[in-house]
Amino acid sequence: MSAVIENHHDDHHHGPAKGLTRWLYTTNHKDIGTLYLWFSFAMFLIGGAMALVIRAELFQPGMQIVEPEFYNQMITLHGLIMIFGGVMPAFVGLANWLVPMMIGAPDMALPRMNNLSFWILPFAFFILLSSLFMDGGAPNFGWTFYAPLSTTYAPPSVTFFIFSVHIMGASSIMGAINVVVTIMNMRAPGVTLMKMPLFVWSWLITAYLLIAVMPVLAGAVTMMLMDIHFGTSFFNAAGGGDPVLFQHIFWFFGHPEVYIMILPAFGIVSHIIETFSRKQLFGYSSMVWAMLSIAILSFVVWAHHMFTVGLPLAAELFFMWATMLIAVPTGVKVFNWVATMFKGSLTFETPMLFAIAFVVLFTIGGLSGLMLAIVPADFQYHDTYFVVAHFHYVLVPGAIFSIMAAVYYWIPKWSGNMYDERLGKLHFWLSFIGVNVTFFPQHFIGLAGMPRRYPDYALQFADWNMVSSVGAFLFGVSQILFLFIVVKTVMGGKKATDQVWEGARGLEWTVASPAPYHTFTTPPKVD
Amino acid sequence: MNPEAKKTLRRLVIAVPLMFAFGFALVPLYNVFCEVTGINGKVFQSDNAEKLVIEDGRPLGLQFISTNNENMPWTFKPSEDVMTISTGKYYTATFYVKNTTNKTMTAQAVPSVAPSNAAAHLKKLECFCFEQQELKPGEDALLPVRLLVSDELPENIENIILSYTIFDVTEYDDEAVAQHMHEEHHEMEH
Ligand code: HEM
Ligand SMILES: [Cu+2]
Repeated sequence: MSAVIENHHDDHHHGPAKGLTRWLYTTNHKDIGTLYLWFSFAMFLIGGAMALVIRAELFQPGMQIVEPEFYNQMITLHGLIMIFGGVMPAFVGLANWLVPMMIGAPDMALPRMNNLSFWILPFAFFILLSSLFMDGGAPNFGWTFYAPLSTTYAPPSVTFFIFSVHIMGASSIMGAINVVVTIMNMRAPGVTLMKMPLFVWSWLITAYLLIAVMPVLAGAVTMMLMDIHFGTSFFNAAGGGDPVLFQHIFWFFGHPEVYIMILPAFGIVSHIIETFSRKQLFGYSSMVWAMLSIAILSFVVWAHHMFTVGLPLAAELFFMWATMLIAVPTGVKVFNWVATMFKGSLTFETPMLFAIAFVVLFTIGGLSGLMLAIVPADFQYHDTYFVVAHFHYVLVPGAIFSIMAAVYYWIPKWSGNMYDERLGKLHFWLSFIGVNVTFFPQHFIGLAGMPRRYPDYALQFADWNMVSSVGAFLFGVSQILFLFIVVKTVMGGKKATDQVWEGARGLEWTVASPAPYHTFTTPPKVD
Repeated sequence: MNPEAKKTLRRLVIAVPLMFAFGFALVPLYNVFCEVTGINGKVFQSDNAEKLVIEDGRPLGLQFISTNNENMPWTFKPSEDVMTISTGKYYTATFYVKNTTNKTMTAQAVPSVAPSNAAAHLKKLECFCFEQQELKPGEDALLPVRLLVSDELPENIENIILSYTIFDVTEYDDEAVAQHMHEEHHEMEH
């Protein structure tokens, strides 16, 4: 490893290499951050196109556009691509760009592994997407791939799906290890743990979650592989296995996974609200403790996804109360954000708009989560559109809004140019309206009993489905505007100052804009 | 890289295979957990028959349900749908099976008990579900299950449902698979 660092020392005074090989061989955290972000944007567009296929089919009752088999492939790939290709790589990209600059480190601790963990991702998704063209079609068992649907009854492409999940897992684990080693060992003198910016804290905790649960996911798909090809019976009742066991293993991974997708968002939003309130963040240490307790609790709530499998009463009660307990630290965070804004000198630039929308809409998602945590209520709501509404509220105006907020907030630092504020605000309002028109009605049709994952529905759900589809197309089209704004900013625009935002604090705002290729080659002074 | 960082790295790299193994360890842990707590509606063979008090208990409805797994063509049904029993006494119930196909097949029945908190109190001394059944073409059999419901059954339970799902496990038996492939060559193609 030391060789890597030495190599790296050599080119301190050079800029980036020229041409395509710059991106292929780069070990620079900023380059790799950029690669991750563009990759995730591409996946966001592909996954989004699939979502529009789904919403187009659901625009009216009856089968109009696609075959039911293809519909199932769309819901499966949409979920997998958005989670593993969209949200997670976007956060890894942000970590690459920001963590070293925020802690005053010259780069990530393991630059070559960093390159590897990015470059295996395109292969994983190439394999996953190519399954669309295989005999029997792409995986069609939902992103949760419950056995035996994903084993005994799966299309042959399931083997490729398993392989691609292995690669995604390896990529995430390497990324997470890199983040932990960087944060634990490369902080500039004076950056103590309790002085770390919250985004760094949120990623430190996220990385530990990833290291804990991604191997369990790898284990689950490996067991599937063995059931399918080597005659084992982990999940096959005929051979003494148990399908419910699959769900336990999957959700042991799956619930921490949903927090993997929201903790970095908590970090981002804290920075943005602090900056545009021109006040110190309210309750820094309670924010850290809240994230830590959310992360720990996330390991003991998994069975709230399984209330209807026939758990014994004691287990239903335990998982219900444990789940509700998570609302306490989550509530602390929401309180702190609001308290930070309280009596602040607020301005509403695009990142702040996205951050405020995050606080409000994520809270709505948290509240529907609380409703789902109530066992008898969940018997009714489980596997309906109410669940779909819940997790889209926490993921789209939650995780994805935070990513967009982060892009607007830091892009002046990355590119040296200010984005077009008018277009940014337009993008925000279109997205905000689109997201709510799409997902709010799904609460109603869910409570009225419309099941999820079907390509058709009963007539009484027609009106709200049509509204939801209109919203989805509005949201989808607005993202082309986002692409345009980002490209325009990278190409040129008003030059950004070094501090960029009046109220911005933190080491990343002390370097020039655009951030030089190498920053903090000598550690900064922090008091 | 400084030694501290190497140490962090080493710890994390070790954690990964450990968590991978933990995923697999969940399998036996799950089974042991279900057995100890008697949840999951799974019934395990009881070995403490002599310790069970046999006296007059309270009356109880015992209902039987049989289900064929999707690809299982056999006839499979309880001889009686309902029995009125009393707790603390042994009873024998039988299930009728018939291999309606023209090939030798092996079957495995998987039991489940509802409500699930009754499972721990349903003791089976003998059950066809403890082993596999092989039947020749057209052959039939009466399969016995000998059971007792203990006195400790929660008061509020007045009916217990014992259900069996029968699976075709011919393919899981190596010898049978070999024979099967020999006889039914074309069958294997789908
Ligand atoms: C206050 C916090 C939360 C509570 C109490 C909560 C509770 C729940 C419950 C009980 C379910 C299961 C519903 C069912 O299937 O019947 C569920 C599903 C789900 N939640 Fe949450 N949740 C919370 C926050 C989050 C967050 C922050 C995320 C992600 C960023 C998230 C993502 C999901 C997803 C993806 C599902 C559906 C998984 C599936 O079946 O496909 N939740 N939530
Ligand atoms: Cu969950």
